[in-house]
Amino acid sequence: MIGWRSSLGRIAAIARKELRHLRRDPLTGGMVLGVPLMMTLLFGYAINQDVRHLRAGVADLSGSQSARFLVADAQASQVIDVVRVAHSVRELEKWLVAGDVSVGIVIPEDYERRRLGGERASAQLLVDGGDPVVLAAVRGLTGLPVERRLAPPLRPMVSPPPAFELRAYYNPERRSAVHIVPALCGVILTLTLVLFTAVAIVRERERGNLELLITTPVQTPELMIGKILPYVAIGYGQMTLILSLGHFLFDVPIAGHLGALYLGAGAFVAAALTLGLLISTLAQTQFQAFQMAFVSFLPQILLSGFMFPFDGMPRPAQLLAQLLPLTHFLRIVRGIVLRGATLVDVSSEIKALLIFFSIAFALSLLRFRKRLD
Amino acid sequence: MSELAIQARGLTRRFGKSVAVDHVDLEIPRRAIYGFLGPNGSGKSTTIRMLCGLLTPSEGGATVLGLSVPRDAEKLRRKIGYMTQRFSLYEDLTVAENLEFLAEIYSVRGAAARARIDELCGEFHLREIARQRAGTLSGGQRQRLALAGATLHQPELLFLDEPTSAVDPQSRRDFWETLYALVERGTTILVSTHFMDEAERCHELAILDRGRVVASGAPEKLMREIDAAVVEIEAPEPHAARVALEQNRAVHSVAQLGTRLHALVDRALPDPARALSEALRNAHVEARVGLARASLEDVFVAATQSHRP
Repeated sequence: MIGWRSSLGRIAAIARKELRHLRRDPLTGGMVLGVPLMMTLLFGYAINQDVRHLRAGVADLSGSQSARFLVADAQASQVIDVVRVAHSVRELEKWLVAGDVSVGIVIPEDYERRRLGGERASAQLLVDGGDPVVLAAVRGLTGLPVERRLAPPLRPMVSPPPAFELRAYYNPERRSAVHIVPALCGVILTLTLVLFTAVAIVRERERGNLELLITTPVQTPELMIGKILPYVAIGYGQMTLILSLGHFLFDVPIAGHLGALYLGAGAFVAAALTLGLLISTLAQTQFQAFQMAFVSFLPQILLSGFMFPFDGMPRPAQLLAQLLPLTHFLRIVRGIVLRGATLVDVSSEIKALLIFFSIAFALSLLRFRKRLD
Repeated sequence: MSELAIQARGLTRRFGKSVAVDHVDLEIPRRAIYGFLGPNGSGKSTTIRMLCGLLTPSEGGATVLGLSVPRDAEKLRRKIGYMTQRFSLYEDLTVAENLEFLAEIYSVRGAAARARIDELCGEFHLREIARQRAGTLSGGQRQRLALAGATLHQPELLFLDEPTSAVDPQSRRDFWETLYALVERGTTILVSTHFMDEAERCHELAILDRGRVVASGAPEKLMREIDAAVVEIEAPEPHAARVALEQNRAVHSVAQLGTRLHALVDRALPDPARALSEALRNAHVEARVGLARASLEDVFVAATQSHRP
């Protein structure tokens, strides 16, 4: 009984001390609120995979009226803005290379004949294929019903109806913010939480505090839990801030149960903090801890499904991604926030996070010695 | 209960190929101040860290307060206080917050904690600076805070690793007064230093050189039983005198103290003062020569010299 009480007392002492450090360190304190606020606003507005208003150039070699209608239709889609008119294909290509325009529309001299003949494409789109998102957006333009407007008297009802009609579930307007903000929540928590604890122990080592601390009766698990605890609360605060911004500013609907989300997030927050803690026991200096934290960020951001759809990745990359906490949290948060999933639906993801937490915590305990050698 | 606070046998610590502590034997009595005197790198800190259970000995072992180290290091933690060489409390916490933190860590709670912290603030003159952050304190204030922290849980044994190296002389005197008061209340103190005057204040001391104990005992006894005759030379040109003396085979070493020189001379020499006087006259160096009482510095020089190759 007494043992438990003094143990809890020491954990509380460490946690209280951590909060005091945090309050007096404006930089870290700024990270707690500043990073979620800035990143949510910035990315909520900036990241937009629904590409519009691409700068386009037109080389109309036919000079026909129907060509002008085609360009007007393309503009009306809002995917492109025609900003320049070229006199030759070569001129258009030059602009593409220079980056002055990202899309070129080439209308050949025999456009009228091709349009009526219907065997070949009537016009050409030149696109910088370097960015797949741009390419996908422009590809949408190829489906424009070229024939319909002027054709009826000449070719009545030739274009067949499309085989599929697309319905976007959960995000019918296909707004990027809806997709981005919940995922951003995971990314921001990963970036900040891992860094908070990555420096936690190595900082004490660098400043000489650790030599004193390890001569006291404080036990290793007490030290570790005391270090993590304040940041669990901070992680929840950050998540609340990001989701509130997303909901009230970007109209991200929250379909599922908030209680389920906070429960799932708890497992993720614990996993991210423990990853930081493990880094802290491996690093010799704060700088090393920063480096290691950054090395852990890249695969999480690239492979977790935040940047690229998980299903599109090759099998080995998918297996690697399964080891990363962010992968599982993205499924939890997207599932609950966007699709209204329940706790049962995401239970396997929560289990994975808890396994990650347990292993990382055990490794941290093994790595940390109350010794100087 | 044993009257010895610390007993070490063959305590050795190697870092790679270098030997930091080399088969050190210690018998440190209770309720006394025991000093480790030695230059930087002589193994003082490493020995203290092994005795606290912070470093594992490469060879040998020690019994500290009846507990075997490093096996029972965890049990020992409550009974010892350790003041590290480098200030190791939290600079961004205030004096009071640092003490409150330590109280919680040592499970001193509530009214008892408040009373103990108040007592320490009075004893170590911390009351006026209680709300000040530790990082803004002067060297002397930091040292008082560190000692207050190390004694908060009223340990039986206190390890102080070069506690006065960043402190002015007045603070040093006050500090030693505090140490004597602690010993009167039954605490055993092990203090390391490279200051001779501080070493002289210890009840007993061990002189360490390159990881070995080269002399040990009470300071007066060490000075009395020094293994050399001490000759004091006063010369207007001390450097010339020194050069002349160092050529003499019977002279082990010469150390300058202001305008005076202390020469340690072989005991076998029948009249060392006269011998040196003659030597200086032959070298045409003007000097007044006489026998002197050995200082602790002489003991230190004699002990470290005789073990050099």
